This record gives sequence, C-alpha cells and structure tokens, in this order.
Amino acid sequence: MNDDIRALSAEVARDPASLAFVPLSEALRVRGQLDAATKVALAGMEHHPNLADGHDLYARILADAGDVEGAADEWSIALALDPRHAGAHKGLGFANFRQGDLDAALEHLELALAADPTDQTIVQALQTVRQIAQQAAAHPAEVPERPAVFAGLEGADHGLLLVDPQGRVLAGGLRAQSGHDVAEEVAAYLAGVSQEAERTARLLELGEWRWIMAEGERGHLHLSAPSTSALLLLARDKSVPSGRLAILAARAAEVARRWLEAQTL
Amino acid sequence: MTTKFQAALDRVTRVRGVRGAMLVASEDGLVVAESLMEGVRGNAVAALAASLAKRFHRASETAACGVPEFLHLQASQGSLLATPAPSGMLLVVVAEADINVGLARLEMRKAGEAVA
Repeated sequence: MNDDIRALSAEVARDPASLAFVPLSEALRVRGQLDAATKVALAGMEHHPNLADGHDLYARILADAGDVEGAADEWSIALALDPRHAGAHKGLGFANFRQGDLDAALEHLELALAADPTDQTIVQALQTVRQIAQQAAAHPAEVPERPAVFAGLEGADHGLLLVDPQGRVLAGGLRAQSGHDVAEEVAAYLAGVSQEAERTARLLELGEWRWIMAEGERGHLHLSAPSTSALLLLARDKSVPSGRLAILAARAAEVARRWLEAQTL
Repeated sequence: MTTKFQAALDRVTRVRGVRGAMLVASEDGLVVAESLMEGVRGNAVAALAASLAKRFHRASETAACGVPEFLHLQASQGSLLATPAPSGMLLVVVAEADINVGLARLEMRKAGEAVA
C-alpha cells in the first residue's frame, strides 16, 4: 500500500463522510483492487448520493469488472446530476462504442471534449472512434438476407420494402442515399400506420384506405397495403414524379400480393 | 387570430371537392381551427392525422427523403391531405376521392402562408 492510499484510508476512517473516498477508491481501482474500490465507493456514496464524481467513479469500477451495462447506468446518473460531467460523457462514449453505437459514442466524446478540452485521452478516443465510423460508412454492414421478392423491379433491394403490421421487415430493402441500410428503422416507424389510416378513413367515412404518399424535401414515400397482413413502402428521390411512383407502387403491390399468397399456401 | 385562421380555412374549402379543413397542432394533435362538415369528429381526426404525419415524418427523414411537405391518404370514397403550416401546425383537408389534388395543394400552400 503506497503512502497516498494509506493517507486517504486514514482520512476516510477518521471521517466516513469525507470526499477522500473518491481518490481512495480510484487509487484502489487503478491498482486492480476492484472489490476494495467498490466497498469504498459504495460506502462514500451513502454519504454523497448526489455526487456525480461518485457515480462516475463507481461506473469505472463496474466497467473494469466487465459490467459495461451497469457502468452506463451509473454514468447516466452522473450526467443527470451534472449534464456537463466530462468523465460521464467520456464513459458513455466508451460504453456506446462497446455496444456498437458509434453515433452515440461520438456524440458523448464530443461533449466530453467540450467539457474538458485538455484531456488528451478524450482527443485520442475521439480520433479512434471517428476513424472507425468513417470505415464503417465506407463499408456498410452486410444487409441481412431477405427474400428477393421484387427481383427485376426498379429499386428492388434498396427502395422497395415489405413489412408486417408490427413493423417487421418481410422482404425487399431500403437504403438511405449514403448507402446505409434503414429498412428495420423505417419498418418500425410504419408499425400501426395501417390501423391509423383505417381508423382515419372510417371516422371520415372515406371508405377503405388505398395508399398514402408523402412528398418530402428530397424524396417521396408511397405506402400501400397489398394484403391485410403487409404494408408495401416505395421510396424514390424527388426526380420521380408522384404519378410514376403510383404506377411503380401498383406493379410492386401485385408482385407482393402474389408472393404473400404463395407464403400462405 | 381566429379570423385569420378561419379565412385561411375558407380559402381551402372553396376548392371544388373539399369537404372540410382544419388546422391542427402537429405535436399533440389538438384542433386549432376547423371548418368541417357536421358530424365529423374533428378532435379524433386531428389526432389521427397528426399521428400519421408524425410517423411519416420519422420514416421520411430516416429514408433520407427529408421533411414531408405534403401527405396524401387516398381512400375509396375520399382523400385526406395534409401539409405543414407555420408555428408547428398542420393543415388537414378532407376531400372527395376525385379532387384536383394539384389545385388543393396549391391553395393549401397559400393558406399556410396566410396564417404565418
């Protein structure tokens, strides 16, 4: 036990409410004495439950012990107590990186750097995550294998998506202009649209709903229901006129209908 | 303010085939002003229209199509049209199935500008 730890231990023993528990626990963590570090941290946090540094410290102990999820919870608490806590942002950057969420990791690391521009470890972490994010963007992850229902149709694998009413992808694919696969995410947003459209049409005595078209700043979406158990989404850039989109949608709906019928036979 | 909203809605309802129109708060789906035919549950329609618009907003942005400028629900006996209006509102129009959508859209845009 080095002198620092001895002095800090004495301080905490003399006054259990002392803030010396933070450097003491941290010193124990750095030495790999995680059980002792945990004991000191939890005892100190009983006296200082709203101390962001305490939660940040305990998060680092949990992370060292391999409990990244528990660590993320503690860092979130630290941020709730102190939204500009550099350590908590840095920690959540690490946790998100470990969980594969590069966007969130970058966001937290940038906030960490804004809170403490002198911390070179944050600068390095940010550079590393940025490089990996750039590589990931250049080589998008493999799209899950989906049935080639729309083979032969324009945009078969990147602009035609068949989803079930619960928002799960059945077939086709959807990619943003960057090439990023957004099928699952968009499918999730469309869950329940069918019921809402049906309810709206009923309340207004409009009869059965047939399709919905959304004309965006950069592109159009066309949604129809080729059967009661599926929704078909077409996405095209703005250069495709809405009338042509409707024709493409009708053609794709027919293909989807045949495929859905074949699945139930 | 109410007169301004009402005048904007009147402008839209003058288009042949339009059965009614309303201004809805996009965020919570509450009716701000309406000009609907009798018997229509404006509150319910407003909430559903705002919810549909919100879902498409998210889907459209995720698919890199940007913020939706016009939403068109086509049903067998009519249509529902919606476009964003200033101050976080949504202009919603209920119309016949065979309405001239281009004209309705034009008037909806002008009405939106009028309530700015």
